[in-house]
Amino acid sequence: MSDEQVEVESASDPLQKRARPGEMAIRGFLFICGAISIAVTVGILWELGKEALLFFQDERVSIADFFSGTVWQPQAEVFGILPLVLGTVLISIIALVVAVPIGLAAAIYLSEYATQRVKSFFKPVLEVLVGIPTVVYGFFALTFMTPLLRSWLGSSTVGFFNVASAGIVVGILIVPLVSSLSEDALSAVPDSLRQAAYGLGASKLEVSLRIVVPAALSGIAAAVVVAMSRAVGETMVVTLASGAAPRNFTLGEDALFGYILNPFEAAQAMTGYIVVTASGDLSYNTIDYNSIFAIGLTLFFMTLGLNSLSRRFVKRFRQAYE
Amino acid sequence: MSLQTTERPTEGLFPGEQEFQSQLRVRRWRAFLFQGFSLLMLTIAVVALATLLYTIINDSFGLTAVVNQQDPEDVLAGLGHDPATMTMADLSYEELVALLETTLSSGVGRRLEREQRFFEDRLVFESDEVWMEICAESDPPPGCTIGPRGSASVLQLVNERVIAPDVIDSYDLVPSLTNPEAFEAEVRQGFEIGRYGDYEFDQVSFEWRAWFNPTFLTSPSNSSPELAGIRTAILGSAWLVLFTVLFAVPVGVGAAIYLVEFAKPSRLNDFIQTNINNLAGVPSIIYGMLGLAVLVRALEPITSGSLFGVGGSDGRTIISAGLTLGLLTLPVVIISSQEALKAVPDSLRHAGLGLGATRWQTVRSQVLPVALPGILTGTILAVARAIGETAPLILVGAAGFITADPTGPFSAFTALPIQIFQWTSLPQEEFRNIAAAASIALLVLLLTLNSFAVILRNRYSRKA
Repeated sequence: MSDEQVEVESASDPLQKRARPGEMAIRGFLFICGAISIAVTVGILWELGKEALLFFQDERVSIADFFSGTVWQPQAEVFGILPLVLGTVLISIIALVVAVPIGLAAAIYLSEYATQRVKSFFKPVLEVLVGIPTVVYGFFALTFMTPLLRSWLGSSTVGFFNVASAGIVVGILIVPLVSSLSEDALSAVPDSLRQAAYGLGASKLEVSLRIVVPAALSGIAAAVVVAMSRAVGETMVVTLASGAAPRNFTLGEDALFGYILNPFEAAQAMTGYIVVTASGDLSYNTIDYNSIFAIGLTLFFMTLGLNSLSRRFVKRFRQAYE
Repeated sequence: MSLQTTERPTEGLFPGEQEFQSQLRVRRWRAFLFQGFSLLMLTIAVVALATLLYTIINDSFGLTAVVNQQDPEDVLAGLGHDPATMTMADLSYEELVALLETTLSSGVGRRLEREQRFFEDRLVFESDEVWMEICAESDPPPGCTIGPRGSASVLQLVNERVIAPDVIDSYDLVPSLTNPEAFEAEVRQGFEIGRYGDYEFDQVSFEWRAWFNPTFLTSPSNSSPELAGIRTAILGSAWLVLFTVLFAVPVGVGAAIYLVEFAKPSRLNDFIQTNINNLAGVPSIIYGMLGLAVLVRALEPITSGSLFGVGGSDGRTIISAGLTLGLLTLPVVIISSQEALKAVPDSLRHAGLGLGATRWQTVRSQVLPVALPGILTGTILAVARAIGETAPLILVGAAGFITADPTGPFSAFTALPIQIFQWTSLPQEEFRNIAAAASIALLVLLLTLNSFAVILRNRYSRKA
């Protein structure tokens, strides 16, 4: 009844925009929901920045040494992040060496060759791989991959904790990411390009590798970069399988391939250090507590950089075909 | 132009018939090889998955070498029963309690009795006067109020405390099936080099053991792997999911509605969108650090519950961890809900608006019901991801060794992935076994959730 009255009232001035407090309240609430995401980002930057600043203000730390030092020894108050970065980078590179050929070939097969039936077998497999928690991959690395590598190459060559095992398993973990993103890129290539090539007598291989892949290249590059970012931020496999000792080194003195880049020895990664430090007795306002935030901030900017790079690739790809 | 090209000599530009055929063979061969290669790569992915599952199952079942403090057969014979026809489970309640009475030290017995008494009408370990006294205290132990133990509970106690099996070594499933003798030889060799301490080889019995069993699912954690279970961890994970969902779903769906239905293209809204995409790529461990700094530390009075006069001393509680996972899940929920909302045809919106409904009325009664299955699917997948997250939980202080069930938002907790992590990092072989068994539990849980999401998706995508 009252509704009707309102209708009549407003009908006298039909073009006037009516104030609707309920509508505005809901709208405001929804906006706040959206804005919370900004608060999260600000929170991350603020908290990480604040603690990292405390870390850098400490007299035992200098920023220059932090970013250029090749020894990480918190007990001796030597803080050079490069050994941890080395661990992260080594693992990520091995992961990409595993994941890019598998993921890319899988994507090409699924998008260019596979029949619907073949697809309906392989796609769920990749989806299940995505769904497995990383800690289970860590268990897998430690109980399967490491013993396997040690029995193949000898336990004198391969340490119990080693970079290779962690890298390979992280690689398996990111295969679905590479393959699904690349497949999206491949199937976005217009069919007219394929048909033109077939019309000129090209074989399926030639169409795939010389027409479709180059056409989708920036999309594929985006996939690889996102996968790299994922590998850099991956934590549990790295913590469990690649050891808890940073690979401190001295350039020029230590053998480059025998030690610094050796994939069969332990090297703690950035994420691994954060987890190990946080799972011990961690008291606030100590240099250890602050140091994990400095590393976290570095990690945040590394992944942010990679993700933005990837988005730039995607944008270029979209411009070409949409 | 065209005339000129036709005049160009074609000699040598095209291969002759023979050369053409051989080139064609090479090209076909290459194409075939490449197809084989990419199929091989796909197969590797399948093999990796199969190997992973194989490893977990292989470690969850198998032969064990067990030393019992008391042999069940001796115990039965000691009570005047025939071990050939009876098992421990056939003993009467009184006999089981009597076994405990003769074996346990009075201190342990009193503790057990205070937890839960054995008989309604009489006390076994405690004297009546002391019992009256402790029950009159302001904070009486649970044994004063709850009824007596059941026979299953007492049987379990007898198994743990009287028979007290100690698994000294374990073997994987496949070698246990194919080559059980090798395990015996290995254990014998272990005795020769003194690996098993004070035990003698004669004491060892070889038994099949499923590490993944109903008792494992229902027992609390324990420092010895043969008694440890994951009930505490399962309950912890359930509590975490509750808070994750309570935070991430309303806020996530709200943000998605705002961005899809209300936001006009503006700098601020573009920024929100870019920001959400960025957040989705932030490693989970960073969210853990955010949770540690803000929820655990800065908001400690709230998250520890001390502001409300309940709970413990610090902020490493379920509510902190649940909200951390909520923050982590938020971008995923927003993005998948956005997809679901964008998939709703505009005609529905136009019809609603055309009838004079406001935007919110249109969204509530036209758009949301259509988008709901999609939103639900995305949410379930996001929650499944949150259940498996480990790193952020370690950061917000999932406590090391917890045997008490979580009681509410402000209690300390452990979670399934945390248990797996801790057991995996211990050197003893038997902890690997229970880590594998806990992984089975986690995977079954996640697969159930995922298939639920897939079913939901398939059912509704067919309708659309």
